[in-house]
Amino acid sequence: MQENKYKISRIILAVIMLLLGVLMMVPVLWMVVTSFKTKGEIYLPNWIPSVITMENYETVFSKIPVLKMIGNSLFVSGVATFFQLLIGTLAAYAFARIRFVGRNIIFTIFLGTMMIPGYILTIPLYLIVDKLGMVNTLAALILPRLVSVFAIFMLRQFFYSIPRELDESAFIDGASRFRVLFQIIVPLSKSAYAALLIFSFMNMWNDFMWPLIVTNSETMRTIQVGIAYFKDSNTMDYGATMAASLLASIPILVVFLIANRSFVQGITMTGIKG
Amino acid sequence: MPKLNLRQKENLDGYLFLTPAILFFAVFMVYPFFYSFYLSLQEKTGMKLTDLSFAGLTQYQKVLADPEFISSLINTGIYTFSVVFFQVAIGLLTAVVLNRALIGKTLTRSFFFIPVIISTIVCGVIWTWMYDPAASGLMNRAISIFGIEPIAWLKDPKWAMTSVIVMSIWKWIGYHMVIYLAGLQGISNDYYEAASLEGANVLQKFIHITFPLLSNTTWLLVITSIINSFQIFDQIYTMTNGGPMGATNVIVYFIYKAGFISFDLPYASAAAWLLFVVIFILTLAQLKVQSKNEQ
Repeated sequence: MQENKYKISRIILAVIMLLLGVLMMVPVLWMVVTSFKTKGEIYLPNWIPSVITMENYETVFSKIPVLKMIGNSLFVSGVATFFQLLIGTLAAYAFARIRFVGRNIIFTIFLGTMMIPGYILTIPLYLIVDKLGMVNTLAALILPRLVSVFAIFMLRQFFYSIPRELDESAFIDGASRFRVLFQIIVPLSKSAYAALLIFSFMNMWNDFMWPLIVTNSETMRTIQVGIAYFKDSNTMDYGATMAASLLASIPILVVFLIANRSFVQGITMTGIKG
Repeated sequence: MPKLNLRQKENLDGYLFLTPAILFFAVFMVYPFFYSFYLSLQEKTGMKLTDLSFAGLTQYQKVLADPEFISSLINTGIYTFSVVFFQVAIGLLTAVVLNRALIGKTLTRSFFFIPVIISTIVCGVIWTWMYDPAASGLMNRAISIFGIEPIAWLKDPKWAMTSVIVMSIWKWIGYHMVIYLAGLQGISNDYYEAASLEGANVLQKFIHITFPLLSNTTWLLVITSIINSFQIFDQIYTMTNGGPMGATNVIVYFIYKAGFISFDLPYASAAAWLLFVVIFILTLAQLKVQSKNEQ
């Protein structure tokens, strides 16, 4: 009797939570539904369009170079993520395994830069990029994002947790530091890399203020900036705006579906970072 | 070439591995950081971005006397306070419930989490559409079920800030939930079993076991959430542009306008540094909590 009551209350709780979850999804679902509705139906509250139309997508493709923008975002996010992990790996290895003079001081300074909020750097960075003649180039989007202190910090913590004996014996046997790092330590840190990869990529993909400032032609824009401009120039055409938004979200949603677990792990690591 | 001794080799290797990172930090973080402070002490003298001359603390005086800056400070404060409170509270409640062995909890968690991964820009665009002022907008249809008259939401100075706050809470609940779920993993089941033996109910367990044992996580989330909320920009850019009538003008948006619409770099830099001081103090508080955590 007691047992049954307990079971029923659990089922009710599960249903309530699931319904709340669906409620959380309403905006996302509304975007999907709207993007397939005809102009005449857009303001109607039906959740299943009576006619599924592609006209909103055609509008997006004819008005903005949306694939080029998604390509820019993929390129910028991909390259920056790659360098954040590569440079992060080298630095983390130095901090975790090499005893050099000034190690602690340099590490503290690195950590200190985490306190510098991004917006304070945008104005001087813009002047630097301007001086280098790189305004409105993809290089300008990538350059200030090549290194992530967070990646260095996380990888250092992870390298610490790997027993020294594993790599030190190889080092004593005459393997170079690079070999030790890339053939022993890195393969042992796969889970940290998976989480960082996703986290860095997502941050870059969603980056907005810097690409907004540093690009000024349509073909150089990242998809986030493209969407923001498209929304402003199509204020009444929500079908097309929703179609563009959905297109902009597909890559990150795909990453999420493939790597759900690493995704959550990556986010949890940011919580450790604080 | 003379052979290096072991100590010298260690030093050389260490700096070799660090060279790319150190170069980057010097050029793209440390230098711009101080450059920005230098800019805040200048004053605009011509049309070009770099026509500047030294002006001491004039920019700081001007910023602090600017009613728009003050109101953006107040708006940011209101936004931060509301968003942080609800994000953390709702995140905690959902985590506690979803931590139990419920049917379909993986799916439910994903539903809560998807708003976190979708970009703020896209979320802002979607919510602008939901907040359509027409009576047939989604939000207005939703409130009409309760017999409430249509609201202009983002177009109404009275409602604009609330609308942005609701959207931000929605976006970040899943984030707080996930961090809390990780924190809950660290609480041993023994506590709950002991409490059950003594006849504690669900609420008592939450108040006397769960909440106190999660206090470090809560502090961390509160402080990071404050730091992030202070820097809100993307939502404002897509949803309101600081309007209507300045109702949602926040500090970073103020800095953006001063710097990249009026092109007054010294003025924008001074405002940025004033905000930095606030964030710096908060970050120190966070580090203190964090080092307490690690002990």
